[in-house]
Amino acid sequence: MKLIGLGTDKIGTTVLILLASVSFIIPLCNLVSPADSPLHFSAYTVSVLGKYLTFALLGLSLDLVWGYCGILALGQGAFFALGGYAMGMYLMRQIGTRGVYGDPLLPDFMVFLNWKELPWYWLGFDNFWFALLMVVLVPGVLAFVFGWLAFRSRVTGVYLSIITQALTYALLLAFFRNEMGFGGNNGLTDFKELLGFNIQSEALRALLLMISGVTLIAVFILCRWLVNTKLGRVVTAIRDQESRVRFLGYRVEMFKLWIFVFSAMIAGIAGALYVPQVGIINPSEFSPLNSLEIVIWVAIGGRGTLYGAIIGAVLVNYSKTVLTGLMPEIWLFTLGAVFVLVTVFLPDGLVGLMRRRLQESHS
Amino acid sequence: MNIFAENLFGEVPKVSSGNLVVEGELDTRHGPILYLEDVSVSFDGFKALNHMSLYIDAGELRCMIGPNGAGKTTLMDVITGKTRPDTGTVFFGQTIDLLQMDEPAIAQAGICRKFQKPSVFDALTVFENLELALKADKRTWQTLFYRLNGEQRDRIDQIIETIGLTACNHQRAGILSHGQKQWLEIGMLLMQEPKVMLVDEPIAGMTHQEIERTAELLLSLQGQRSIVVVEHDMEFVRSIASKVTVLHEGSVLTEGTMDEVQNDPRVIQVYLGG
Repeated sequence: MKLIGLGTDKIGTTVLILLASVSFIIPLCNLVSPADSPLHFSAYTVSVLGKYLTFALLGLSLDLVWGYCGILALGQGAFFALGGYAMGMYLMRQIGTRGVYGDPLLPDFMVFLNWKELPWYWLGFDNFWFALLMVVLVPGVLAFVFGWLAFRSRVTGVYLSIITQALTYALLLAFFRNEMGFGGNNGLTDFKELLGFNIQSEALRALLLMISGVTLIAVFILCRWLVNTKLGRVVTAIRDQESRVRFLGYRVEMFKLWIFVFSAMIAGIAGALYVPQVGIINPSEFSPLNSLEIVIWVAIGGRGTLYGAIIGAVLVNYSKTVLTGLMPEIWLFTLGAVFVLVTVFLPDGLVGLMRRRLQESHS
Repeated sequence: MNIFAENLFGEVPKVSSGNLVVEGELDTRHGPILYLEDVSVSFDGFKALNHMSLYIDAGELRCMIGPNGAGKTTLMDVITGKTRPDTGTVFFGQTIDLLQMDEPAIAQAGICRKFQKPSVFDALTVFENLELALKADKRTWQTLFYRLNGEQRDRIDQIIETIGLTACNHQRAGILSHGQKQWLEIGMLLMQEPKVMLVDEPIAGMTHQEIERTAELLLSLQGQRSIVVVEHDMEFVRSIASKVTVLHEGSVLTEGTMDEVQNDPRVIQVYLGG
């Protein structure tokens, strides 16, 4: 318990307990109880909750680079989308002959484009474990190459933020193109099954919620451990005084690269969990706006705390679901206004507010 | 043929004046530990350093004085790799070319620096600040799995005592006073076990008592380490320095004992204007 800093930290513990209950009780209720029982949650609730948990994981990954290392990465959505595409490619290849054109090998959109054979980069994606490997490897390699170039040339601050936006925008444009072989505008959809389970089935949805929750908890604990290692302290020091860390003999660019790649891999996992739950992945996931929204979740929750990112992601996305249902046109204005208010009045986010309340009640 | 063999086997030691030279190892047999020769740096036409040549001996405690803009901080920037000079050579010992190295490499080779503005890590505790500075393998994976052993813990505790911050051990460095931050940064220098310490304005913001202790500390290190102190406070310089270098407009104006330089008419003119 001491290792992950529980006990001393009420909010973190509460978040963990809440996460554990959401990810176990709701799926179990659904699996055990009959459909008409009051303990049964609708398929919609289950998949929406699962989606929130993947967003929380994505927020967590951004908090690691932004909150702890001070890199305001505005392209985190790109790694999420790449992880999502890797999972989507696996799901596409599971469709087999059940597609509209019934081609055993080629996904529908390739048949439609008159392609005769599977592009080389689609090979291997019929294997689940290969796809899982790609879920972390593709975002990881992209982050490595990008980070290597950017951090070695000491690109920092707003310049780095801008090129991360450019990165995700470039990927958006690339994935829109049909010739890329990722389904163009429509992306990948019409999935049928995952590991032999019907993707629409309630059991699989419950299971995916559970897996998302367990992954989030595991990654949360891992990150918690990470920020309490010496590497975590070096990274925090880089956030506060980058050049000073260099004069202590640390290669700042290697530390930034390490944390950036690690965080991109987490974002990839989040994307891979997201896609089977929403049933589609298309280029709009690369939209620069998405990446900005992640920053807003973390800012509202409170950065540099890990659980702040989780709280922020879930609250903002819950509000989004509710508000876009009631008055879709005001959602973006509300989000913008909340972001401004939080930045001005709550620089430490909601978590900062909770911490102050806790301290007051103690003294 | 000989050249060819060298290229083939790579690490044939170079031979100079009969001594074996080992690549990357500090060689101070000729006395100086730092050689700066004909170093010039200019920023937008302003010559911060103007053909400066300077030698620091191993184990020496040297003070640098000079009016604002004389090039004191730029000099430290050049030695630590922050600024690349336009011309000139900078050697650490006789064999290590500092101009080929970046800041972390220079720090690991044993040249460490205290900044003019105390720059400690506010979000970390006093102990953690010192732990980060501690001489160790500073690569990423090694840092991730780094654990302090008992000896290193003792060493940190010992330094904390030396710098008089035992009571603040687990407090965040951000809440320390200006003088305490200066001390913490000196402590961080000591943790790195440097061969050369570059100390930029160590006593700004310190009480009289703290100043005296700083002087004592620096004097006690003399001999084991080479120390270069930049300071404006003449009384403090007089209390520690055996040799003083006066900088003016990016070059060395004169060198000598405090009495010698204070009576040098050129120094008087520079300081009093004329």
